[in-house]
Amino acid sequence: MAFHPTPRQVDFIKAMVFAACLLPTARLVWGFTTDSLGANPIEYITRATGWWTLAFLAITLAVTPARRWLSMPWLLRLRRMLGLFAFFHACQHFTTYVWLDQFFDWPGMLVDIAKRPFVTVGFAAFVLLVPLAVTSTNAMVRRLGARRWQRLHRLVYGIAILGVIHFWWLVKKDVTEPAIFAAVIASLLVARLLGRSGTSGASRSPTRGVAG
Amino acid sequence: MSSHHSPIVLSSEITPRSMFEGRRAFLRDAGFALALAGVGAAALRPGDAHAKAFDGARKSPFSVNEPATPFKDVTTYNNFYEFGTGKDDPAERAHTLKPRPWTLSVEGECAKPKRWDLDELLKLAAVEERIYRMRCVEGWSMVIPWNGYPLAELLKRAEPNARAKYVEFTTLADPAQMPGIRTAVLDWPYVEGLRIDEAMHPLTLLTLGLYGDLLPNQNGAPVRVVVPWKYGFKSAKSIVRIRFTEQEPRTAWNKAIPREYGFYSNVNPAVDHPRWSQARERRIGEFGKRATLPFNGYGEQVAGLYAGMDLRKFF
Repeated sequence: MAFHPTPRQVDFIKAMVFAACLLPTARLVWGFTTDSLGANPIEYITRATGWWTLAFLAITLAVTPARRWLSMPWLLRLRRMLGLFAFFHACQHFTTYVWLDQFFDWPGMLVDIAKRPFVTVGFAAFVLLVPLAVTSTNAMVRRLGARRWQRLHRLVYGIAILGVIHFWWLVKKDVTEPAIFAAVIASLLVARLLGRSGTSGASRSPTRGVAG
Repeated sequence: MSSHHSPIVLSSEITPRSMFEGRRAFLRDAGFALALAGVGAAALRPGDAHAKAFDGARKSPFSVNEPATPFKDVTTYNNFYEFGTGKDDPAERAHTLKPRPWTLSVEGECAKPKRWDLDELLKLAAVEERIYRMRCVEGWSMVIPWNGYPLAELLKRAEPNARAKYVEFTTLADPAQMPGIRTAVLDWPYVEGLRIDEAMHPLTLLTLGLYGDLLPNQNGAPVRVVVPWKYGFKSAKSIVRIRFTEQEPRTAWNKAIPREYGFYSNVNPAVDHPRWSQARERRIGEFGKRATLPFNGYGEQVAGLYAGMDLRKFF
């Protein structure tokens, strides 16, 4: 039942997924240059980049449960790339804020971060993503050692929760979308905790998973 | 943006509605016939065939001298939660609203309550063109050429009594016409309110049109109010009831989140929304942000209404 591609096929799948992950950005670039993002394009870009950051965090967190339930261990080979795409969208989101929303008004941004809880939380989530992106290379995994690397990268659950809170606190009244993200991330966390009790340490080794 | 610089048209020259609607039906049928015949029916533009409802509207001295936001943006980027919470929901979904026939009931603390038919409202006073700034509580703004007359024209005909301290506006809440009503995102029907002196202020506009024509459904057809010195949500859309009350009305957003949306909700750059700054705004169509003006730039006319009030407390 489970699909077991050859290493070459995995490389091909990875390339395809990489291209697909660029589509949301391509859509924004195309929409901005053709002025088809609606009456308030900057708001659209802010929302879209934030939405995709959360979506990629959820997709990244789904890799481990999915590979277990589907018995497709090779899925792990996509995880680092997906996680880096979450960071990529977070960078776009942060840049939109700094440039198109605040116009490099650094003192104004500091006030915003200190005074507005939804900005504080969003900023914290972004800052916490940085060490995860930096330590995503094989060399860094080796330098940190598997255990410490893994402990550090569990931060991603906290980051996802902060991201959902950020979304929840910024909507005016209709919390449908943040509630959906909250439910998805909560179930992924539960799936991970359940999976953990039933497996040995070996299958959680990050070095094997991220190599390649 | 040049579309509102229309030539002056005498009211006697305006085609009666029944006649142009007949013409529209004819054009529609004719267009259908042409399409069937395989002739280029796309060349036919029924929109050009009739005079706009308010082409002859007198230009008001209250208008601002700022470029109007394009019609497309005014009609596709709205908040009208009765049709959904997305900005593009009203434009996509408001076609189910039936703005005609329409009755607006004026009642409560007054000597002469009355149920007004839309056609009576259209003839009640001279319709003006008023180009107003519109500032949304979310931090964006537009400049919109509305058509209407002072709300006071309607209110004074009801002869409000001494107990009439407030005016309450109720929006239609019909789930058959408004799909958003099925979600309890607000406590329907949408209720807004003003103090009677605010409601009687000459800037407060009973609005029947925009850009020279009848209101599009998504902008609050067929009748709404526009209160330009307050955040946009204070300007109730698709109104079915206006009631004079002695007590301050319980308004929809105030009921939903009282600490964020006060009864007054005057545009005020010095009082932040609890979750975001109100100091600046993004004018739709502009790249940068501009400073928000106290009372949305109408302070000269309305600041006196709030003399002696602490506007931080009465936000």
